Amino acid sequence: MKITLDADKCCAAGQCVLIAPEVFDQRDEDGVVVLLDAAPPAAQHDAVREAAAICPAAVIEVHA
Amino acid sequence: MTMFTAPAPLPVEPPSGCPFGPPAAFAALRTTQPISKISLPDGSWAWLVTRYADIRTVLGDTRFSSDTTVHGYPLSGMTGGPSTRNRGFIRTDPPEHTRLRRMVTREFMVKRVEALRPEIQRITEELCDAMERAEGRAEGGVDLVQALALPVPSLVISLLLGVPYDDHDLFQGLTGTLLSRTVPDDEREAARAELRDYLDRLVTAKEADPGDDILGRLIVEQQRTGELTHDQVAAFAALLLIAGHETTANMIGLSALTLMRDPATAEKLRQEPALIRGAVEELLRFHSIIRNGPRRVATADVEVDGHLIRAGEGVVVAVPSGNRDESVFADADRLDVCRPNAQHHVAFGYGIHQCLGQALARVELQVVLGTLLRRFPAMRPAVPVEEIPFRTDMSIYGCHALPVTW
Repeated sequence: MKITLDADKCCAAGQCVLIAPEVFDQRDEDGVVVLLDAAPPAAQHDAVREAAAICPAAVIEVHA
Repeated sequence: MTMFTAPAPLPVEPPSGCPFGPPAAFAALRTTQPISKISLPDGSWAWLVTRYADIRTVLGDTRFSSDTTVHGYPLSGMTGGPSTRNRGFIRTDPPEHTRLRRMVTREFMVKRVEALRPEIQRITEELCDAMERAEGRAEGGVDLVQALALPVPSLVISLLLGVPYDDHDLFQGLTGTLLSRTVPDDEREAARAELRDYLDRLVTAKEADPGDDILGRLIVEQQRTGELTHDQVAAFAALLLIAGHETTANMIGLSALTLMRDPATAEKLRQEPALIRGAVEELLRFHSIIRNGPRRVATADVEVDGHLIRAGEGVVVAVPSGNRDESVFADADRLDVCRPNAQHHVAFGYGIHQCLGQALARVELQVVLGTLLRRFPAMRPAVPVEEIPFRTDMSIYGCHALPVTW
């Protein structure tokens, strides 16, 4: 799994951080998403897909 | 299409006998006419979108504008007139929306809100202590709305913004008038003007002496550098104050009532407190208290599920309907605190305008409901459910009062 982000579109809802805190974080200045691990281990894949599915600004893209 | 029946107003009545259900008309609309027309108070009409997928399509597409000054925007009493002054960032589109929203996003980010959890817990415990001491528990009961549901979010947002909590009677009263569907327009306008005057004075005072709070930081970092005007700071204050109040308060009231009426679920949550996070998502889905929108206006011709919505036409999105859509939430009318996909709900909206305060709302709900379950295991409504005044007259659903005993 490979993750890419379009952080410019992020609205800092923060759901990705709640769902997959080992993969996503928020920037201190403005809460915009930060990618901690662009190629997370298998144990994180479900959580990452879930985060991508509910991201309100469709910022998270998951590549197989 | 050959339908010439005049559109009816936005449905508000819950199904008979079930105060928790979304307006009864939605289930049929989702099946037969998922994109239909409703009439608006000003005599115009708007599209009503009731299916989950279409709701996400509309809210996720910035060709549907949130700008109340765009011709055709479906105004309601709650959104006020199309004034350009003090409309707050939720009534703007990118790039202005992005610029304004990012000025406050860090204040509501997950780790900032998590850091507030002990303070929210402390406030909740104190209010529960006061409830234990309250008189009138046996006769008529204690009103959970006034004792706990309203003060927790009110205290917390006042603290964050730097609004003196001593003024809460004033701004709670004004907020109530602003969000009512039934008060006359002139009364609502008067309340809007009074709140504007109050916040105008508050921002003026803070300009002289900005504190370590959200309004203080907006003044120092944005107003003094020319990024925001005085009026725009006041608009932030109005938006955050109003949004931080009634929404969470009504979710607390309705959720507490739901759990009192479902002892098996309440017991499960007492046994396994870790379930409270998922339970809060499910309660958000189940109750969907935003009964008046969100609303948008198309800025281009856009096709939604084979349906053409033309530029200049208004759209009202039925959040309570989307959250009961069986194609997404199996057995959608049942409360299941272990529902695996509950967090897919659109109770906080969807798209770039999704609720800024959602992390705060989640923590408040988790703390308050968890504490109530632990401290008042025998709590029950003090009156029959038919006597509880539900807020069918308000843009945000809930209970006006909730008498409880234990």
